[in-house]
Amino acid sequence: MDLAAQTLQFLFSGITNGAIYGLIALGFTIIYNATEVINFAQGELVMLGGMIMIALSKGTNLPLPAGFVISVSIVSIVGASFERFTIRPLKNPTQIGIIIITIGVSILLKGVAMFIWGKETLSSRPFSHSPPIHVGSATLDPQSLWILGITFGILLLLQLFYQKTITGKAMRACAFNKRAAGLVGIPTQKMILLSFVLSAAMGAAAGVAITPITMCSYDMGTILGLKGFCAVVLGGLGSTIGSVVGGFILGIVESLGAGLISSSLRDAIAFVLLLGMLFVRPQGIFGIKEVKKI
Amino acid sequence: MLPKRRIYELSVFSGFILLAGLLIQEPYYQNVLIFIGIHAILTVGLNLLMGYAGQISLGHAAFFGIGAYSSGILTATHGWSPLSAMLVAVIVTAVIAVIIGIPSLKLTGYYLAMATLGFGIIVYIMFREMSQFTGGASGLVGIPPLSFGKWTLGTGTDYFFFVWGLLFVVIVLSLNMVDSQVGRAFRAIHDSEIAALSLGIDTSRLKLKVFVISAVYASIAGSIYAHYITFISPSSFGFMFSIKLVTMVVIGGMASIWGALFGAATITILPEILHVFAEYDVIVFGIILIVVMIFMPQGLTCGILDAWQKSKRLARKRALMEQKARL
Repeated sequence: MDLAAQTLQFLFSGITNGAIYGLIALGFTIIYNATEVINFAQGELVMLGGMIMIALSKGTNLPLPAGFVISVSIVSIVGASFERFTIRPLKNPTQIGIIIITIGVSILLKGVAMFIWGKETLSSRPFSHSPPIHVGSATLDPQSLWILGITFGILLLLQLFYQKTITGKAMRACAFNKRAAGLVGIPTQKMILLSFVLSAAMGAAAGVAITPITMCSYDMGTILGLKGFCAVVLGGLGSTIGSVVGGFILGIVESLGAGLISSSLRDAIAFVLLLGMLFVRPQGIFGIKEVKKI
Repeated sequence: MLPKRRIYELSVFSGFILLAGLLIQEPYYQNVLIFIGIHAILTVGLNLLMGYAGQISLGHAAFFGIGAYSSGILTATHGWSPLSAMLVAVIVTAVIAVIIGIPSLKLTGYYLAMATLGFGIIVYIMFREMSQFTGGASGLVGIPPLSFGKWTLGTGTDYFFFVWGLLFVVIVLSLNMVDSQVGRAFRAIHDSEIAALSLGIDTSRLKLKVFVISAVYASIAGSIYAHYITFISPSSFGFMFSIKLVTMVVIGGMASIWGALFGAATITILPEILHVFAEYDVIVFGIILIVVMIFMPQGLTCGILDAWQKSKRLARKRALMEQKARL
């Protein structure tokens, strides 16, 4: 394979990974916008989505869409109880306190997943059984198209929800100024709960979509969550479009860097990008709010 | 000079060290105590940064690891003496802390947390991938035990007294700092950086100073850890260990040197107690973390003290009521 074909191949896998990172980053952003909470358990929600899907499809002949819906619903319930039992009881939440609680939740979810499914790596069958698509001398896995489709579908739905529905507008108001939103009669507490449910559902969808190509195990959430988190910073904390764009940039740079420079440093690339962005432009590519820099 | 209350606290502490060192001879308990000491050196430093100066670090395992690997590589591969290796490790760590601290400490809150987290993970990946120096994922073996000239630390008692003696020195230095003008400046930065700045406190220099001090404590702890275990691998210096350190500080109570020691002891002993749950102990650990943060956000030390004071106040009130009723 010549360099051009190789680069194309890396680009394909970069775009696929980018879509996944973007989806995880969207989950972070929804919660951050409603509550200013950074949810360190986001990656574990992705893992749960994937694991439940595998558990459902193993041994049964459950059709794929049904499995998808069940998995997403279960994880949404987990997200709702997460908010209800760990975030809402906080009286004077500090950033350090929130970081530790969400990390506590992530440790808990990881432990529960290990308890239920054990430590082995599992995988599920792809969504469609079509053969790989050939583009020039590079090949594209059909599952990648599914992942891209799901990411863009969710982004579109989310935009429609935020712009067109009354609930979506209320959520935006809540993100802009919680106190003022409460004064005009928006039930802010319900909006916060909804943001956790939405974010968990999105994480689960990402998990279901990626299990056919990346193996799934109880501890895969941590690194996925951290990568999604890098995507958020690249795009700008709090920006919906920014998180998806950040995801794609991260996915592509990582894939090209790992393929063309050094594959052993693959995981470091995301964090080097993260540090670079924080030091040069902490508000990210799409960030508007000026970060307090002293 | 330390105030009277501090001297009283320190003499109780040194009495405890002497008693524990002489009475506890069971290797298992000695081992746990040595780990508490190593972790406490780390958390006292991290508490200066987080509790007093209000700057979060989610990457302190990196400094611990840099200390451990510098000591390990210099002694095991190049045959240096442990003491000179430890000094070089301290210098290396301090230089890295300055380089990473200058841009990071301009950030606040979540952004500082992310920057330190990213730094920690990059260092962890370097430990894993630079296998020609570090031994890679399988680790670095053959690190000699600590020795000073002809005297080599052999028994658990030797290590216990060395680690806890060093912890004593670290605590004295830290208490001295928090009781001084510098300590008051730290607390001013914690409450409002802008107010501190407008009062003429050079906040960025002070923040960098406390960041480097806490990194140096971590490096020393790392060197001792490497010599005590004689084997190190990257998994001991990952993201989870950074989180554990932050947890120790928060559970022990922010802005309390003795709280840091208490937090280190609690989190070190907890897995030993949770041993009955085998590898599922993480579930219990997660629940404890969440419950403590929800109900005692000031940490266990403050939480227990608060509850005690409340019960004392209640008892006093009840006594007063009884007195009144009798009249």
